[in-house]
Amino acid sequence: MRSPVSTAIAMAVGLIVLIGYFIPNSIVGPIRSLILDWAITLAAIAGLVAILNLTGVHWRKISDKRNRDFYSIFLVLAFWGTFLAGIATKVMGVPSQLEYQRVVTAIQQPIESSLMAMLAISLAYASFRLLQRRKGLMAVIFVISAVVFLIILSGLLSFGSNVPLLSPLINFVNLLPVAGARGILLGIALGSLTTGLRILMGTDRPYSG
Amino acid sequence: MRLEFAGLVLVVAGVILLVVLSLPRKTRRGRDLRDIPGFRRLRRAIGLSVEEGSRLHVSLGKSSPANANGAASLAALAALERVARMNSLGDRPPIATSGDGVLAILSQDTLKASYRLANAAELYDPDRGRLGGATPISYIAGALPLTSTEHVATHLLVGSFGPEVALITEAAERRGALSLAVTDSLPAQAALYATAGESLIGEELFAVSAYLRAGAAHTASLRVQDIFRLVVIGAMILGALLKLLRILL
Repeated sequence: MRSPVSTAIAMAVGLIVLIGYFIPNSIVGPIRSLILDWAITLAAIAGLVAILNLTGVHWRKISDKRNRDFYSIFLVLAFWGTFLAGIATKVMGVPSQLEYQRVVTAIQQPIESSLMAMLAISLAYASFRLLQRRKGLMAVIFVISAVVFLIILSGLLSFGSNVPLLSPLINFVNLLPVAGARGILLGIALGSLTTGLRILMGTDRPYSG
Repeated sequence: MRLEFAGLVLVVAGVILLVVLSLPRKTRRGRDLRDIPGFRRLRRAIGLSVEEGSRLHVSLGKSSPANANGAASLAALAALERVARMNSLGDRPPIATSGDGVLAILSQDTLKASYRLANAAELYDPDRGRLGGATPISYIAGALPLTSTEHVATHLLVGSFGPEVALITEAAERRGALSLAVTDSLPAQAALYATAGESLIGEELFAVSAYLRAGAAHTASLRVQDIFRLVVIGAMILGALLKLLRILL
């Protein structure tokens, strides 16, 4: 069984934040602000702890004699190199971190861009194979709508804005994904609400306690 | 102020409905949920991973629970707990990866709780809940090697992702592993439909734990969603009618 104390604390904190949101001028308003400030600090510390854990995992992968992972060396070196360089620039009293930021971005951006280029190729390849892998009406509709929107968004039908029947048809087709997206987002919003309520009621506990 | 009042009414109504619908009913358990083939395959894959000694990878997404997309991460943690409990006694326990520090710490905590509840606390290994990377792309780059290492045969991707998540599902498919993905992001949903073995749409993200039989509260929350959805549909139709009749401007 989980600890009732941690569950009670989590529920009480959740209730205070919720009441403070709905009734901001009440007595719980300042307590809510304080709790949210703590949450921001804790989130930053959690980020640091998780990154240290990540380097620890990769260090163990390097030192594993049976399944040594050499790629992990790059991660550990890159992390500690960036971390120490960041601290060094601060300690040396560099007034602006812009230069340091520029160096990091100059390395990070091309790597991320190349990964996105790989994604574009992967998606193009997957869309060619889609009808082989998925059977049924939904897959056909997905492919047809992808082709239709590629044509519309490429501007090939831009001459249609002067054609009497084509212009309202294109406008109508352009509205379809907006309607679909709103439907999905409404469902997600309702799902978010019930997930929050489950945690508030203590039936769902994303903590060990 | 009116909006805040409406929000408060929604929350109170939600709590009441959740409590009422969580109460035991006379109908047979499990028959309330419609059949979704993806979840059937996932349950089979969890069972097979215990028998075959393969591993399950649960990808929890990149969003912190404190962000606007936090509910997706909380739903992912609920799914992780259920998967870990179903799989805790296997030779190769599941691995959870996340793209956010808070989520990574919570995933470790969730795994720890699952092992303790399964009376196998000594099997808990904190390295099984790890941060893939601190940015969306680095997270995917960090989680990608799991498609070819550590004997992973099933990838469950639940949470908030960008379209770059397709790199994981595509790699998993090439390796012959099962990938089941569900996210709250619309661009990622489109990418996952084309690349994942099984992809779920929209609010099905919040149904994962209920379909993994996490308990009455999880099933009840699906019914509360259905009730609220009917209310929203009714309000939209009513609004449209009132506007048509020029009563509402």
